[in-house]
Amino acid sequence: MTPLLEVRGIDKSFGPVKVLHDVGFSAYAGQVTALVGDNGAGKSTLVKCIGGIYPIDSGQVLFDGEEVQVHSPRDAGELGIEIVYQDLALCDNLDIVQNMFLGRERKHGLLLDEDSMEELAEKTLSGLSVRTVKSIRQQVSSLSGGQRQTVAIAKAVLWNSKVVILDEPTAALGVAQTAQVLELVRRLADTGLAVVLISHNMNDVFAVSDRIAALYLGRMAAQVATADVTHAQVVELITSGRSGELGLKNGVTP
Amino acid sequence: MNKVKELPGEAIVAAAQTPSIKNSFLAYAQRVRGGDMGALPAVLGLVVLCAVFAAARPSFVTAINFANLFTQGAAITLIAMGLVFVLLLGEIDLSAGFASGVCAAVLAVTLTSAGLPWYVCMAAAVLTGVIIGTVLGTLVAKVGIPSFVVTLAAFLAFQGLVLVLVDEGTNISIRDEVVVAIANRNLPPWLGWALYAVCVAVFAAVQLRRARSRSRRGLVADPMSLIAFRVGMLALFAGLAVAALNLERSRNPALVSLTGVPIVVPVILALLVVWTLVLRRTGFGRHLYAVGGNTEAARRAGIPVDRIKIYAFVICSSMAAVGGIVAASRASSVDPNTGGSSVLLYAVGAAVIGGTSLFGGKGRVLDAVLGGAVVAVIENGMGLMGYGASVKYLVTGSVLLLAAGVDALARKRAAAAGLR
Repeated sequence: MTPLLEVRGIDKSFGPVKVLHDVGFSAYAGQVTALVGDNGAGKSTLVKCIGGIYPIDSGQVLFDGEEVQVHSPRDAGELGIEIVYQDLALCDNLDIVQNMFLGRERKHGLLLDEDSMEELAEKTLSGLSVRTVKSIRQQVSSLSGGQRQTVAIAKAVLWNSKVVILDEPTAALGVAQTAQVLELVRRLADTGLAVVLISHNMNDVFAVSDRIAALYLGRMAAQVATADVTHAQVVELITSGRSGELGLKNGVTP
Repeated sequence: MNKVKELPGEAIVAAAQTPSIKNSFLAYAQRVRGGDMGALPAVLGLVVLCAVFAAARPSFVTAINFANLFTQGAAITLIAMGLVFVLLLGEIDLSAGFASGVCAAVLAVTLTSAGLPWYVCMAAAVLTGVIIGTVLGTLVAKVGIPSFVVTLAAFLAFQGLVLVLVDEGTNISIRDEVVVAIANRNLPPWLGWALYAVCVAVFAAVQLRRARSRSRRGLVADPMSLIAFRVGMLALFAGLAVAALNLERSRNPALVSLTGVPIVVPVILALLVVWTLVLRRTGFGRHLYAVGGNTEAARRAGIPVDRIKIYAFVICSSMAAVGGIVAASRASSVDPNTGGSSVLLYAVGAAVIGGTSLFGGKGRVLDAVLGGAVVAVIENGMGLMGYGASVKYLVTGSVLLLAAGVDALARKRAAAAGLR
């Protein structure tokens, strides 16, 4: 099975600091791939390289088996790669529909076509089985953290996206809301999307992911099926880059 | 339909699910309690002020004074309408007052010295506003100077510019019939009623059409009762206003009759409708709110933030130009004080009193009109009470501070309620 999204041999430096060393990573359609690693391991940098925010120094990005060039967020968006950042990037003073279509509004001549946007937003939200908002015309400022996360995710899947990358979607949420968002993450993958979940929380990772990719100090320590590893092994991969046969040898080569 | 299990812990606030008169009121009450006061302070203030002045000075409730309120508040209201766009970004334009002075001076000079026809002169004045706005907006958005500093510098520079234009302090009088008519002449009573009928009919038609198209698509639509209520309220209050303005208000009707809606009223209404449409129903308006609400989110959504900012300043200065034209018309002259002294603070006050937030992201053009009415009532009523400029300044300053305080407190309260 070819991965929907694959990167090979990515190097990335910020000035003298080398942040990513020869990183390979793949995400498959219909699966949740958890991207784990300690603070500073390079998770966010890797995601931003994939999303076209940072240019890569060297390496390849393959989409559906073919090499592509991603130079800007727009390129990524055109391929169908959407990133939901930790700070969500929602406008509090706009309602749910307005946020979901922000920057890509539908128009009738000069005027906005509110009705068709509302219809499509409604459809997308119910397609994700989201029923917790009272009205999709309420302002985002009145939503809870979980609901906001839901809106941000719905915004990402509205555009026929194929890969959705979620940066710590549950970091700021309570128990019930976390469960809700994780269920949504699972549903996204079940509809055939390739989902990349960045998380620090092992419970979340094991609850929802099919595969785990562990970064250690800018190197990909291991990419394994979730079913093949234990909690403790993943923690070891995160903290020391290796776990028994898995991971980096001498802290460098996999 | 509801096969998916509802997850616990996500309490859905049950309120106005279906729109109706009652639920609209409930939802509104909830918003106000949550800290979103909207236009409430302005409306309440207007009612209280009018009641106080009417009780203290019976001459406040005469037809002539009612008409005066409109011409008195017109220029400030127009400037405030433009300021709303800049305030929505969370920026400020301190130069709007003197920008209106510069544009009025351009109007006066082109009318008198150059002797050009009125439409060319008005176009020149508005164009001056566009240029001013472009320069200010570019300095703020592209160069990155805080708008406070840019427009404070412009505030000083424009005073000098006005002096240059009016030849170091002479008073240029304007005799052009059309320009003078804007703030000093009235519509014939029948035309006032005709415009009234058209406005109410168009409002009703737009509301009905919207509800019908929404219910056809299966979206939540406003019920007939709510639409009828809205149209009825508009018809009632606008009808009362037109009727009052159509009363004879000449001291000596046999000599000269003075009736009808001041021409500046339909001018303000037309601009109100246009700018409301721009803010609420166009991509530009949506993006303006987005930039004011969360600039970073707007940027990531691919919105050209800098361009939106420049446009907002252009609209603000152009509206200042329109305000300057009306001010020049009302005084039938332009002097170095046109657009000076308290004009800017009154205009900012009008926008803020009306419910536009100084923090950006919240406000409507209608706010400027409501706030402008409050400012006009204060100025007019205080004048009737015989208070001098000192008390007027003190009171208006306090009202501005009060309005800004309400805005800041509402914001805090909303934050405490977890709404922001």
